Amino acid sequence: MVPVFYIFAALTIIAALSVILQRTPVYSALSLIVVLCSLAVLYVSLGAKFLAVIQVIVYAGAIMVLFVLVIMLLNAGRERHTEGSRLARWLGVPLLAAFLVEILSVIWNGLSSGAVAPPAPDAGPAAVGALLFRHYVLPFEVTSILILVAILGAVVLAKKQL
Amino acid sequence: MVPLSHYIALSAILFVIGAAGFIFRRNIITVFMCIELMLNAVNLAFMAFSRFRGNLDGQLFVFFVIVVAAAEAAVGLALIISLYRSRDTLAIDELDSMKL
Amino acid sequence: MEILLLLVLLPPLIGAGLNGIFGRRFSQAMVSAIGCGSAGLSMVSALASAWAFSHHERVFDHPYFTWIQAGDFVAKYALYYDRLTLVMTVTVTVVAFLIHLYSRGYMEHEGGYYRFFAQLNLFLFMMLTLVTAGNYPLMFVGWEGVGLCSYLLIGFYFPKKSASDAGKKAFVVTRVGDVGFTLAVALIFWTFGTVNFSEVFSRVDALEIGSHQTVLTAIGLLLFLGAVGKSAQLPLYVWLPDAMEGPTPVSALIHAATMVTAGVYLVARSNVIYAHAPQALEVVAIVGCLTAFYAATLALVQNDLKRMLAYSTISQLGYMFLGCGAGVFAAGIFHLMTHACFKALLFLCAGSVMHALAGELDMRKMGGLRHKMPTTYWTFLIATLAISGVPFLAGFFSKDEILAGAYEGPTGQPWLYWLGTITAGLTALYMFRALYLTFHGESRLTPELEHHAHESASKMTVPLTILAFFSVVAGYVSWPKAWGGTEQFDKYLAPVFGRSEQVLTLEAAHRPEGLSPGALLTFSIVAAGLGILIAFWFYLKSTHIPARLAERLSGLYRVMVRKYYVDEFYDWLIVHPLRDGSDKFLWRVMDAGAIDDAGVNGMARAAEGVGSILRRIQSGNVRSYAAWVLLGAVIWLAYLMFGH
Repeated sequence: MVPVFYIFAALTIIAALSVILQRTPVYSALSLIVVLCSLAVLYVSLGAKFLAVIQVIVYAGAIMVLFVLVIMLLNAGRERHTEGSRLARWLGVPLLAAFLVEILSVIWNGLSSGAVAPPAPDAGPAAVGALLFRHYVLPFEVTSILILVAILGAVVLAKKQL
Repeated sequence: MVPLSHYIALSAILFVIGAAGFIFRRNIITVFMCIELMLNAVNLAFMAFSRFRGNLDGQLFVFFVIVVAAAEAAVGLALIISLYRSRDTLAIDELDSMKL
Repeated sequence: MEILLLLVLLPPLIGAGLNGIFGRRFSQAMVSAIGCGSAGLSMVSALASAWAFSHHERVFDHPYFTWIQAGDFVAKYALYYDRLTLVMTVTVTVVAFLIHLYSRGYMEHEGGYYRFFAQLNLFLFMMLTLVTAGNYPLMFVGWEGVGLCSYLLIGFYFPKKSASDAGKKAFVVTRVGDVGFTLAVALIFWTFGTVNFSEVFSRVDALEIGSHQTVLTAIGLLLFLGAVGKSAQLPLYVWLPDAMEGPTPVSALIHAATMVTAGVYLVARSNVIYAHAPQALEVVAIVGCLTAFYAATLALVQNDLKRMLAYSTISQLGYMFLGCGAGVFAAGIFHLMTHACFKALLFLCAGSVMHALAGELDMRKMGGLRHKMPTTYWTFLIATLAISGVPFLAGFFSKDEILAGAYEGPTGQPWLYWLGTITAGLTALYMFRALYLTFHGESRLTPELEHHAHESASKMTVPLTILAFFSVVAGYVSWPKAWGGTEQFDKYLAPVFGRSEQVLTLEAAHRPEGLSPGALLTFSIVAAGLGILIAFWFYLKSTHIPARLAERLSGLYRVMVRKYYVDEFYDWLIVHPLRDGSDKFLWRVMDAGAIDDAGVNGMARAAEGVGSILRRIQSGNVRSYAAWVLLGAVIWLAYLMFGH
């Protein structure tokens, strides 16, 4: 199991870099799909079977399709180079590097490398469902309202004439 | 067993990549995709912590994050469509009418 | 006794309050009834308390309530009544009452009738507080109070700029003196731990002769500085001539009979202190004498009747200080008393003349008025004789005692006597000049005024007559030693001054016998006579001479007419620098510049500046927002991780 992680980790990183480095939005979207799928594999390696599938179906299957649809609808072509924020240009890289360093140093100092992991809990649909509908039923209901609002919002916003 | 720190490191790297894209890309849709990338990095971190703590609460969080990401993507894209209709541009830099 | 004293003090205060607050609705009759009534009640009470006092106590010294208490410093509201107070209260209330009566007629056609009486009553109250106070701070209250009323009354015709300027000038100049007074009180407290009269005086008395010389001399000089301001001596006299802008009754009451004498009272009251500080007394005498001479020279060339009387007042005040300064305090107070009578009378006559001539005051435009205004003329004549020191009238007795004291008193010196005698001659000269110019000779009136001139109403002439009577008899309380008298007035005030005069005599250096008292007396009579003769010659017989003299000595004449340029000097020295400094520096630089511009506007500009810089964050550019967020996140993370 161990090499699986590293292979797919590498794949994820390469795909992520592709997302941000591609000129054309469509290629970025496709790269993002690759990222999502390889993340799903990593979830499986963590024992979260149910969520890995959810990730693929919902995230990669629905959301990314939506993205691609919109890209095609708007006919977003290659990017042209423009003036941007000077602040972002100068400070962007240093800040990102600093950020990364900070997180990594947390890991370095904080997290122990050799801790023994407890046994993986059963993460199948039944277990997740049980938790969801017992302890997290309120957030669940609120989220459904959220989705309703999102639908309404999307419909209203995308209309040609209100 | 892959140590927790490796998962977190991967998560961090993905997050930074996403942030870099957010800061440096011009097309709105691409920027949006980078946001999704950041969200996924966080999902990974949640998953890893959940596994190494031995309970499912982290996974449920990921569940909700996915749901919210979906809702957000829907509304955001609708916004982008309507923006494109009125401004005829997808460049972030040209959408600055909120400046003081 | 207590009740009587309260009846002396309170009626004017109540009268001032009533007239001041409600006076606008009262009729003129009501206003003057309240005003004169309270003054009259005060006078009657003063006489009654004089009579009551003479029957028992030596000194009435009663504190009532604690007014100020700050640490060790305690000042009570205390009344102090001894023979000196008696003399002062009787003089003040009698003269004040007569002037109140006179004002009924004089102010009849002026505006602000109720305001005048309210302020006049308030003044009376303050003056009485001053003379009955039992400690220095309370006396200072009265001191400042009379200053305030003086300012108000000088500026009575305040729409006229010269009047309000004169009021301000009076207040500011006397303020300079008040600094001396305050410092003196502080020194007294510092040295003796109390400011109560009886306590201070008994402690000073208990001192060895010659000890604490520096402090006591300092106190004496500082008190005198206050007196110099209030009583218009050199160099703080400049306000008094200008104060003639006020209504004539004001000039009579405040600037002749009472307020300006407050300085003399101060010195006399503090005689115990001065007894132990003879050098200070010498200074008092010298300043007084010089002022007397100086002012007399200025009175000679004045053409404005009231201004001449103002300089005359300054001169006579100088005499009073000469008396006190020479160690014969009783003589100074004696002259204060007689001067109050005839100087008030002189001013009231001037007012009468002004009334008749519709406000004309230039003596060159008068003449021959004695036929038109007989009562005024006769009373003026009596007052002039009195002030000139003509024998058998009041001024003679008091002035002579002063001059005698100047010669042979403990801190007197012969040259003071000679200068004083010359001044007496000058006094006679300028007074008779005024008399001749105004009432005698050919009329130089304009035709309209010829018809208009008339004697004043009896409301005004009755007080004149009464004062004339006093000007004659007031002197008889003391007969000169040279003619076999026993100096009753001196003896009367001995409980107040006696011990100090003793002390001073002990300290004084022994001087060889000089002229006899009889010789001294003769000289002063001769001087007066010479003055009258010269006046007669110059202004009645050969009236061309003054003009010729003025031409020949034109330089000197011009300097004198311009009052030796003193006002100009003060202007240059103090007024202009102060005003320019305030304008250019304090206003432009400090107020408008530093506080307004740098401070208030500067803060606004700073806020604006900071704002205009900070608002660049809101660029509308999403990318820069993202960068800011990232920056914040990095900093926060750093703090969380490494900051603890």
